Amino acid sequence: MPDAEEAVAAAFREEWGQVVATLIRVTGDWDLAEECAQDAFAQALDRWRRDGVPRRPGAWLTTTARNRALDVLRREAVGAAKLREAAVLARDEGPHDPEYEGDDSGVQDDRLRLIFTCCHPALPIEARVALTLRTLAGLTTPEIARAFLVPEATMAQRLVRAKKKIRNAGIPYRVPPAHLLPERTTGVLGVVYLLFNEGYAATSGADLVRTNLCAEAIRLARVLARLMPDEPETLGLLALLLLHDARRHTRVDAGGELVTLEEQDRAAWDRVEIDEGATLLETALRRGSPGPYQIQAAIAACHATAATAEDTDWADIAGLYGELARFVPSAVVRLNRAVAVGMSAGPDAGLAMVAELEREGDLDGYHLLPATRADLLRRSGRTAEAATAYERALELVENEAERRFLEKRLAECRTV
Amino acid sequence: MKYVLFVCAPADDEEPATPRVSARLRPPADATTVRVAGDEVLLADGPFARTEEYIAGVDLVVADDLDEAIALAARHSAALDGGTVEVRPVRE
Repeated sequence: MPDAEEAVAAAFREEWGQVVATLIRVTGDWDLAEECAQDAFAQALDRWRRDGVPRRPGAWLTTTARNRALDVLRREAVGAAKLREAAVLARDEGPHDPEYEGDDSGVQDDRLRLIFTCCHPALPIEARVALTLRTLAGLTTPEIARAFLVPEATMAQRLVRAKKKIRNAGIPYRVPPAHLLPERTTGVLGVVYLLFNEGYAATSGADLVRTNLCAEAIRLARVLARLMPDEPETLGLLALLLLHDARRHTRVDAGGELVTLEEQDRAAWDRVEIDEGATLLETALRRGSPGPYQIQAAIAACHATAATAEDTDWADIAGLYGELARFVPSAVVRLNRAVAVGMSAGPDAGLAMVAELEREGDLDGYHLLPATRADLLRRSGRTAEAATAYERALELVENEAERRFLEKRLAECRTV
Repeated sequence: MKYVLFVCAPADDEEPATPRVSARLRPPADATTVRVAGDEVLLADGPFARTEEYIAGVDLVVADDLDEAIALAARHSAALDGGTVEVRPVRE
């Protein structure tokens, strides 16, 4: 059976979260669930090599892990463990035969229970992200630690702490009831988006562990879109991630320098991802219930589907940012709108909006405020004023790649 | 499960209520802080931390889980008046 190894690897990607989720439900013990899931995958490697890959690898793995949990609890076999064993048997109404082929829609919900619990707002945001990657995506603790640039011990501690809080504070293992569902869903989508942005911000191609977060976030967004098909924002999020990811490799050149959207090589954008994102977005928008992810995806789609930078429909984008500001009343969204207005109605219209934001002061100290002013001035040919604004932006910028980009622009203004 | 609700109010508020319960609590890291703004319930993942408010009262509540305890805290008159309520699980 040469492909057993491949089948186990594929099953790991597809089924890990499901197996852990079901085991948590039946045992009520997160550590035991992880341990038994790991054990089931190890057994699969041996057994599938010998006996062939079962028709339903997920069911095989879940049953094997569940039996393992019963073994462990039986071995403890005294007092509390005996009670827990009885509880496992009582709660476990699922298939006991690994070749069982019946309905498992109830088991499907386990993954949703798990993700809502991992993303519970009573947990610190870093813990939500780490727990989601560990229990749902199956990343190891060292992998998560590397991805978030913290020592392994810190990450291990974070995961332990989070599981402890779930147990001690009584965070329920369930899909939230209807009255909590909208805000909790927003929280879950927020965790997946944050995960993606962590990967997206890791611009250097060598940093594979971090850029791999983009792939993990897309995978999780796919799971959510499948599990919550009636929530258009889940489709909107998946569309947004795909449309961003399609451009990811063209954002930085071979020398590690930032490449602006205008100058990116559009032929190198991933057409498959763009087409899928655009189709998903259409499906979501047809529901007639727009939200921030759908609108951001629509903005990304405007960029991704423009044949050239000059073909970009900036008026449309300015309108979408106006829409977005109704959902997300943030000065950063209005700054983005100013850029789009500057591109569609001329630099002066954009500069007027930037001036208003400067008066309000919410973005004081944010380097992109003077950088935006500088860019609009540059576009209207007022290079001396633009240079002053670039200097101001350079005082505030922290990211090295952005600093080099602003320095390049400043030098251009001075030579004109 | 049992939870203690720490009712936190601005420091110039009335005298603190006399404690009516005795309970061993879980550590602050297991706490969740609840505030209410309009019809929105705002949660923070940790203990009550602002110094200009103090603990004005303590309630012991029984709830099925943290979500129910949060709902009780969010309906507390102090929370509806703009105060903060810390939900801290009791060791059992």
